[in-house]
Amino acid sequence: MDAVTQVEGRAIPFGRKNIDTDVIIPAKWLKTISREGLGKGAFETIRAEPDNIFDSAEFAGSPILIAGDNFGCGSSREHAAWAMLDLGIRAVIAPSFSDIFSGNAFKNGILTVVLPQEQVDRLLEVAQSQPITIDLESQSVTTPFQDRFTFEIDPFRKHCLLEGLDEVGLTLSRDAAITAYEASQAQRMPWFAKGTGAAA
Amino acid sequence: MANRPRTLYEKIWDAHVVERRDDGTCLIYIDRHLVHEVTSPQAFEALRLSGRKVRRPDLTLAVPDHNLPTTARLDASGARIPIADPESAQQLAALERNAPEFGIRYITDTALEQGIVHVVGPEQGFSLPGATIVCGDSHTACHGGIGALAFGIGTSEVEHVLATQTLLLKQSKTMEVRVNGALPAGVTPKDLILHIIGVIGTAGGTGHVIEFRGPVFEAMSIEGRLTVCNMAIEGGARAGLVAPDETTFAYIKGRTYAPTGDAWNQALAWWKTLQTDDGATFDKSVVIDAADVQPTVTWGTSPEDVAPIGGTVPAPESFADPSKQEAVRKSLDYMGLAPGQKLSEVEVQNIFIGSCTNSRIEDLRAAAAVLKGRRKADNVKWAIVVPGSGLVKAQAEAEGLDRIFVEAGLEWRQPGCSACLGMNPDKVPPGERCASTSNRNFVGRQGPGARTHLVSPAMAAAAAVTGHLTDVRELVD
Ligand code: SF4
Repeated sequence: MDAVTQVEGRAIPFGRKNIDTDVIIPAKWLKTISREGLGKGAFETIRAEPDNIFDSAEFAGSPILIAGDNFGCGSSREHAAWAMLDLGIRAVIAPSFSDIFSGNAFKNGILTVVLPQEQVDRLLEVAQSQPITIDLESQSVTTPFQDRFTFEIDPFRKHCLLEGLDEVGLTLSRDAAITAYEASQAQRMPWFAKGTGAAA
Repeated sequence: MANRPRTLYEKIWDAHVVERRDDGTCLIYIDRHLVHEVTSPQAFEALRLSGRKVRRPDLTLAVPDHNLPTTARLDASGARIPIADPESAQQLAALERNAPEFGIRYITDTALEQGIVHVVGPEQGFSLPGATIVCGDSHTACHGGIGALAFGIGTSEVEHVLATQTLLLKQSKTMEVRVNGALPAGVTPKDLILHIIGVIGTAGGTGHVIEFRGPVFEAMSIEGRLTVCNMAIEGGARAGLVAPDETTFAYIKGRTYAPTGDAWNQALAWWKTLQTDDGATFDKSVVIDAADVQPTVTWGTSPEDVAPIGGTVPAPESFADPSKQEAVRKSLDYMGLAPGQKLSEVEVQNIFIGSCTNSRIEDLRAAAAVLKGRRKADNVKWAIVVPGSGLVKAQAEAEGLDRIFVEAGLEWRQPGCSACLGMNPDKVPPGERCASTSNRNFVGRQGPGARTHLVSPAMAAAAAVTGHLTDVRELVD
């Protein structure tokens, strides 16, 4: 996972509420074996609309998405986060997110920023013409018009994002503890260690 | 801590804590990891890209199930029949390549042991009581039927378990569902779990692990317990559990990966301690009288939309919550049903007997007992029986069940997920109804526009015979 300190650039002023993961990436795209390339199917039904904002020359490739309440509800498919990453989105700002989506986003280095509706409304307005900046260290969103909004984030998640630590990497750094557990389990519950007998 | 009375869930949890962080999150050791073709390719790809290995390939077992067609897999000369859908073929090929590359035991699509991942785990003795078991599939809860703490995970977590054999988790709350008395004749574990979900609702178990307790579960077979725990997830719970007992031990003993000799005796000694202590408390408790449970069917598009077969389709206004009223209106519209309609008069064109909920030998026996010497109704166009594994299939054939199904006009298929979800060729046509022994009646789950009625295997067989939803007790005594 790449470290995230700042996400800066144009923000797609999308703003719709209750966008579920079926809208972010429809089920027919789940038969893939890769995390890459899902941008093709991202927001497919919305992008079928003429003059949609995702495909406009102005906003294509923007690193930030501004959405409405309850973003990412529905199915737990991690493909939703992969599809957005593939579109180039590194941060989403919304009044609220589904728990599962924000977990999946975090695991893929996408910043989810929760701000009150009126601040989101202000950003939707600014984003029409100007870039915005999200700074993770200071937990703030700023605009060229001197707006400055601060947001909350779980300290553990913040640490992981700033350091670019993926959870796997982090847990691998606890290797000694896992090895010690395995040794103690081999004493207490030796039958579990047998497994299929397959060797690496 | 050891002296405080604990629930079964807490005992299994405590035995698997590698580390506890200050915020209460624990690194939990995973004893068994089951892998199938749909949620694993990106996890293996990530390992490859980062140069990481699978920490314990010996604690991981891979088997294909979701995408496989359930028609013949080999032609007359014994050669593999290619899979028509290129994307399904690609997902299957990826698993077949990834498993050996990472040293994981892989059950091929044509092996006798192949089957639905949640049927295979217990059947192979890979899933064991007291184990922590995960799989990239929400119905992993199923394995709780043998007293394992089992739950579904996402693809990043699949990668995490492959690389570290652990997961970072917060402990769930505990919930007890106690069923007193005995199930009436003709009422099965599937009817019971549908009834329970009707009582607690699809959010009733959210944030909890459910332990199913009481004399009904003590008297229940392992197949029945697996059916009940399978659908704990439809009641919102992360996992379901039934305490292991003599029935469990007899089921596990002698299976391929089950412990033997001294290891068996040691395991048994620990397994016998896996019961909720007297005096332990649950965060939530629900008590149900088994005598109230009848053969149960769903009428809507949520697993909580249940009614006894003798009942009628409810009116949206009969629900107190306005948002539920709206959901019921939408549901009935999708299902093509009207309030007040008798459920026993709802015609079905399709029958699906299978899925990880109801495809084990006991399920097939129950269906065959109803179908023996009978024929499916003419309005039933498509009726398939899909055994949960090659071993279940062989057992059923040894008992002559396949002939009963075929003589009744049903198709006898190869093992797999089949019509449980619209991912392989087995689908219910748009607008048609299916009496299905699977676990989800969601909009489009069995194919776009398909209308699903969840039922037990015996009830599915009864519907096949009459062509409409039917109280199986009218066909057998
Ligand atoms: S049978 Fe259905 S519920 Fe079970 S694993 Fe397969 S798709 Fe999932």
